[in-house]
Amino acid sequence: MHFSIQNILFLLVAVAGFGLFAWQVRKIRANILVGRDRDMSGNINERLSKTLLVAFGQQKMFKRLTPAILHLIVYVGFIVINIEVIEILIDGLFGTHRVLQFLGPLYSALTGTNEILGALVLLAVAAFWWRRNVKGVRRFTGPEMRAWPRLDADIILYVEVILMLALFTMNTADLKLHQLEGRTLPGAFPISSLLTGLFPESTTALAVLERIGWWGHIIGILLFLNYLPSSKHFHIIMAFPNVYYSRLVPQGQFSNVESITHEVKAMMDPSYEVPAPPVGPDGSAAAPTPFGAKDVDDLAWTNLLNAYSCTECGRCTSVCPANLTGKLLSPRKIIMDTRDRVEEKYNSPLVFSPNLYGKEAKHDSQEQLDAENHMLLRGYVTPEELWACTTCNACVEACPVNINPLESIVEMRRFLVLEESAAPNSLNVMFSNIENNGAPWAFSPSDRFNWADDLYVADKAATSVAG
Amino acid sequence: MAEQTAKRPVSVPLMADLAAKGETPEVLFWVGCAGAFDDRYKRVTRAFVRILEHVGVNYAVLGMEESCTGDPAKRAGNEFLFQMQAMQNITTLNGYGIKKVVTACPHCFNTIKNEYPALGGEYEVIHHSTFLQQLINEGKVKAEGGESFKGRRITFHDSCYLGRANNIYEAPRAVLEVLDADLLEMKRCKTNGLCCGAGGAQMWKEPEPGKKDINIERAEEALATLDGDADVLLNLQGVESTAPVLPAGSNRGGSVIAVACPFCMTMMADGVKNKERESDVQVFDLAELIASAEGLNA
Repeated sequence: MHFSIQNILFLLVAVAGFGLFAWQVRKIRANILVGRDRDMSGNINERLSKTLLVAFGQQKMFKRLTPAILHLIVYVGFIVINIEVIEILIDGLFGTHRVLQFLGPLYSALTGTNEILGALVLLAVAAFWWRRNVKGVRRFTGPEMRAWPRLDADIILYVEVILMLALFTMNTADLKLHQLEGRTLPGAFPISSLLTGLFPESTTALAVLERIGWWGHIIGILLFLNYLPSSKHFHIIMAFPNVYYSRLVPQGQFSNVESITHEVKAMMDPSYEVPAPPVGPDGSAAAPTPFGAKDVDDLAWTNLLNAYSCTECGRCTSVCPANLTGKLLSPRKIIMDTRDRVEEKYNSPLVFSPNLYGKEAKHDSQEQLDAENHMLLRGYVTPEELWACTTCNACVEACPVNINPLESIVEMRRFLVLEESAAPNSLNVMFSNIENNGAPWAFSPSDRFNWADDLYVADKAATSVAG
Repeated sequence: MAEQTAKRPVSVPLMADLAAKGETPEVLFWVGCAGAFDDRYKRVTRAFVRILEHVGVNYAVLGMEESCTGDPAKRAGNEFLFQMQAMQNITTLNGYGIKKVVTACPHCFNTIKNEYPALGGEYEVIHHSTFLQQLINEGKVKAEGGESFKGRRITFHDSCYLGRANNIYEAPRAVLEVLDADLLEMKRCKTNGLCCGAGGAQMWKEPEPGKKDINIERAEEALATLDGDADVLLNLQGVESTAPVLPAGSNRGGSVIAVACPFCMTMMADGVKNKERESDVQVFDLAELIASAEGLNA
């Protein structure tokens, strides 16, 4: 153990890095909890097994094989290489060097796997970059993929490259240093051992390079950690709670609005007693909540959790029948808009703030900027987008982390219809047909049974007897 | 000797009449608004009733007592109107002590099965595709003695409210299998099925501005799948052909797009018409195909 000023410095850096991250997470937790309450407790076993399958097991990623394999490499690399980060943390705090070496053959297996995964991650990241910037995979484009989301996607790839290069710099320098000094470095280094020829012969230079790699890796990780809350890459954490809290009921089942149930029951049965409205903490009646959603705080907290779990992969939009046929609707945009709006209205993370990057960059029309209209509905999401949805659940099915854009769409439709009577005219005609005729078309209810007139069926028993 | 098919008139049993006699049917057939009013879908209702009659199922319908489930209102955001309709229907169904409901409409199916329980309407709800599958499994329907579909190409269009909404993918395919036809899957099928464009109350409004109508996109995919036309399929966002390509000029006649939903029926039929293919490609519901193969039409 060589305790030195480096260890104190490391302690400060680590505490600052993790502390800052915890502070950002608290802000985001507060953002999510501005959403309406919704009881998602219970069914723990079912929820855990779904989390295991969909989040840990990446089940839904495998609908598309190429990105699934590339993503699996980076995902496994992330998890396994982070075991080495534990070692870095211990070494950094206590002045040890490669403290896990007591594991013996297991340490060789660990370091060897790390090196191979590190190389595979570099290849996968290169393939991701190529798909995004050269091949131009269609789902990475679209009006919502403005400058920031595109930059964000590339930053993540570049940071991953830097982290892997730091890892290899550290290992190669350490390996060569040991070789020059005639000592054996514990562990296996199948990639770094190929790179030693590229490194200088001076032990001083190698010692410095080893330190640069070591510090670069851990500082890189801490910086990246604090970048996550501003980035789509936050999905590496949020995917797990998001899948855990995703709906267990059939996808076709839309939520019941209980306040309306009370009203309808009271209309049908005058003796029905409507429960008293909830009382605020000071004893006064709480402000009535609108039907549906006009802004982020009218959505359920799970819808806001969705927004923080989105990695903007565009699988939802790429299967949306409305989007495929050129309509304005893009489920991914609804989710991205939700995150931007909640951060504009409440807490912003460190790096990205919609205010910082300019509202104009995010809004198409003057109407969207008008103060009184400036909410999730109209300020970000236009009625034209909402009315294009066929509620087909393709987006819900496609999302690898069980985000449900359809719920948010329906909540905003509810606000348009129930609070503003702003449905398209043809739908208002449909509504009044149902009210007046009990059918969405203008047919007379007295004709409802006419289909049964003059109905015959072949009498096969009689036919065979006659034959 | 020319075969003379005997036929008998059907008097569809009304729930009110059964209740007056103190009887309860085994299953209530929920006809739905399209099944009752839409001229094309009335033929599906009648085909399904022929099957029920042929098999001797103890069933009844509500007739004029039935009202819209409220599905289009709910999807469009009009929760108030939906709940008014739902409560009214639940009062009717509970009043008759209904336990089991069968319907040919996936929207009625989804709404009654999934959304009525929260409002006090709990029934065993079954879609007619599952019901037909059961009749086939029990040997009560054999698809014999009527029109032969052997060698004809059939592709099944998944309805969103049957498939993704309720995970029913196999029942309609099992029903089609009994026809001994050449079943072809579209690339976008089952969980990846493409909507016909009518769900979510789109049936009652014009589509938003875009470059294409959804039902045209889907009809093109269905037709190209039946034709084995790889070029067309490639132009549909990289969809690949899974069907063998037919030799040029070969007879493509008599192919069928099978549906299990009244809205899909309308949208696919319109799409086929738009492509001027109604002379050689027909759109049929599962019940029509089975009634026809069983020789029940009269």
